[in-house]
Amino acid sequence: MDFFNAIVAFSNFVIVPATAYGAQLALGALGVTLIFGILRFSNFAHGETMAFGGMVTILVTWAFQSWGISFGPLPTALLALPFGILGTALLLLATDRAVYRFYRVQRASPAILLIVSMGVMFVMNGLVRFIIGPNEQRFADGERFIISAREFKALTGLREGLAFKTTQGITIVTAVVVVALLFWFLNRTRTGKSMRAFSDNEDLALLSGIDPERVVTVTWIIVAALATVAGVLYGLDKSYKPFVYLQLLLPIFASAVVGGLGSPLGAIGGGFIIAFSEITVTYAFKKVFNYLLPENLEFSSLVQLLSTDYKFAVSFSILVIVLLFKPTGLFQGKQT
Amino acid sequence: MNLKNIALFAVVAVLFVATGVMQSWNVALNIFNMGLISAIMALGVNMQWGYAGLMNIGIVGFVALGGLGAVIVSVEPVGAAWAAGGLRVLLGLAAGAATIVAAIFTWRRMAGHRLRSLAMLALLIVGFVIYRRIFDPAVHAIEAVNPALTGYLGGLNLNILLSWPVGGALAAGAAWIIGKTALGLRSDYLAIATLGIGEIVISILKNEEWLSRGVKNVIGIPRPVPNEIDLQNSASFVERAASIGLDPATASTLTVKIAYSGLFIVVLLILIWATQAALNSPWGRMMRGIRDNETAAEAMGKDVTARHLQIFVLGSAVCGIAGAMMTTLDGQLTPASYQPLRFTFLIWVMVIVGGSGNNWGSVLGGFLIWWLWVQVEPIGLWLINVITLGLADDNALKAHLLASAAHMRLLTMGLVLLLVLRFSPRGLIPEK
Repeated sequence: MDFFNAIVAFSNFVIVPATAYGAQLALGALGVTLIFGILRFSNFAHGETMAFGGMVTILVTWAFQSWGISFGPLPTALLALPFGILGTALLLLATDRAVYRFYRVQRASPAILLIVSMGVMFVMNGLVRFIIGPNEQRFADGERFIISAREFKALTGLREGLAFKTTQGITIVTAVVVVALLFWFLNRTRTGKSMRAFSDNEDLALLSGIDPERVVTVTWIIVAALATVAGVLYGLDKSYKPFVYLQLLLPIFASAVVGGLGSPLGAIGGGFIIAFSEITVTYAFKKVFNYLLPENLEFSSLVQLLSTDYKFAVSFSILVIVLLFKPTGLFQGKQT
Repeated sequence: MNLKNIALFAVVAVLFVATGVMQSWNVALNIFNMGLISAIMALGVNMQWGYAGLMNIGIVGFVALGGLGAVIVSVEPVGAAWAAGGLRVLLGLAAGAATIVAAIFTWRRMAGHRLRSLAMLALLIVGFVIYRRIFDPAVHAIEAVNPALTGYLGGLNLNILLSWPVGGALAAGAAWIIGKTALGLRSDYLAIATLGIGEIVISILKNEEWLSRGVKNVIGIPRPVPNEIDLQNSASFVERAASIGLDPATASTLTVKIAYSGLFIVVLLILIWATQAALNSPWGRMMRGIRDNETAAEAMGKDVTARHLQIFVLGSAVCGIAGAMMTTLDGQLTPASYQPLRFTFLIWVMVIVGGSGNNWGSVLGGFLIWWLWVQVEPIGLWLINVITLGLADDNALKAHLLASAAHMRLLTMGLVLLLVLRFSPRGLIPEK
């Protein structure tokens, strides 16, 4: 029995939250990696793009809620998501026309584009705070749990409960659907193939008649969708605070680099590697170990490798280790 | 310095004088002092980006390390805490450092692929357990010593001016570690790695209470200048203030601020002299040569990675000095106040707007952007009041806009950066 208790406790505090968090990071890292592959720069405004997408979705959710529209047991935010994506796509396309296109035509260096993205980050940051304010916003509704800890205990008779929040379930399902759609698009459609060609070799792609502006436009729209979905899922699962998204930039970049910048598969792998290490390293294993060990050997300390406040240090350490031993990332990204 | 540059500095001077006349001289001097510190930070970043093309997105971490330097040097040591576990903490840190050195040594010297990895891993795990065994009890003991007032080791009780070079040295050490790992890879990786080191330094300051008191803050750090209250109690000072027509309270705050300005100006002048001399020396030409064409510089026999490491460490040290100066000015270390937007990205705006590669440009950018950062809020409020003049006072939109005026800052900084990058990419005072 104790063995099952240990497994349930471990799933409840590590596996389930890390899977949901990993899915959120993977979606964020996919956006970063797509921009890197096709527009060829590290986009420091990506965290703020997620915050903006989350904000638009929240505003539409509130409107729906005030009109009495709901999605049954699921959060209304899912209904508002397409509108959030639309708003974010419009913002990103406008930003591209007003800001990035000028540097693209000049073939500016990635470093200059990175600094430009800092400017965009400031503007978006101000925009989000100007519209929705800097405070925490709640917009989750519907059922809270798929299985609550109490139901699980009653069902199995174990001492440990396994809670599975609706938001965690939605995060995982949505991420799977979005990633499947993205890979179908990149591998099966003509536009997707031209995007990959453009990412692999820009000159060759141009030579074979691919319209670069079209590729860039489609990229921004996909990035808007990915960022909005990631931003909304993170906001639903934890809570929506605009400043958090700037802090998410580090784990997201770490995921993208660990997987290999420019590689979509790598971004997903990287997201889960970072999420699982962050949560495993900062989880106090006392409970799990004490179920497994005989009574006279029990731990009295927390058996926690690092305090939770150091979760940034985990993404950073993994980033440094990968940079030291395999600079192109675990899934072989771009080198230039 | 040609006529245009002198005119630019004159414009900034007018901004400060206007602030003094229209708001108050105390406000103007406050902005001026932080402007001096900002100018020094911008000089440091300009060395990295302007001379060598290295992107440092973790300035906030180096600034915070400088602030830690101020605490370690100047605060009085807490004897009870040292007795409780001071040496043990140092021993724990030494054990941790020895583990890492041993792991690196094993990796470099041992043959055999799998065996080497296993040996290194085993070494790291054993080392980590030993480190935690020594370190944790000591930390608990130190943090238990009068936690409401101390709960940390304190400092060395030396003159706070000494902390400025010490803060620079701390930042330089961190920069060396990060430079060793991330330099020589593609340029974005350094940016992302520094973003990480910035976050980590801040979380260390927030959580290692035995070292920095964490979010409980260290207050009452000794000052290099007299206290306002002592000046007000000194009869001769009050007399002199009265003779130029000032009340003692205003005169004392102004005197203290001017004293700080004097100290900071000395540092700024030394740094400008040093950076200008370096930039115009063969070393500076080599740096710019490496920046403009790494392959050619390498072909000429220059060790590009070593030179990059050198300038990265130097630039970070300058940021650390500025950080120690800022903590000296504030008289307190508040780890929660180190926001990347304020201490990393804003400094970048200063460097780019001033003109990357030009030291005078960085100084100008530091003053101008810091002035703007402070003044955009009242200006924004005024602007919104004017725009919404036609709306009734109880209008929801007007209320929302007025409440959000504070966020005009970020928007304005972003617009300034984007406009300068677009229409004057070389900045106000371009590199020659």
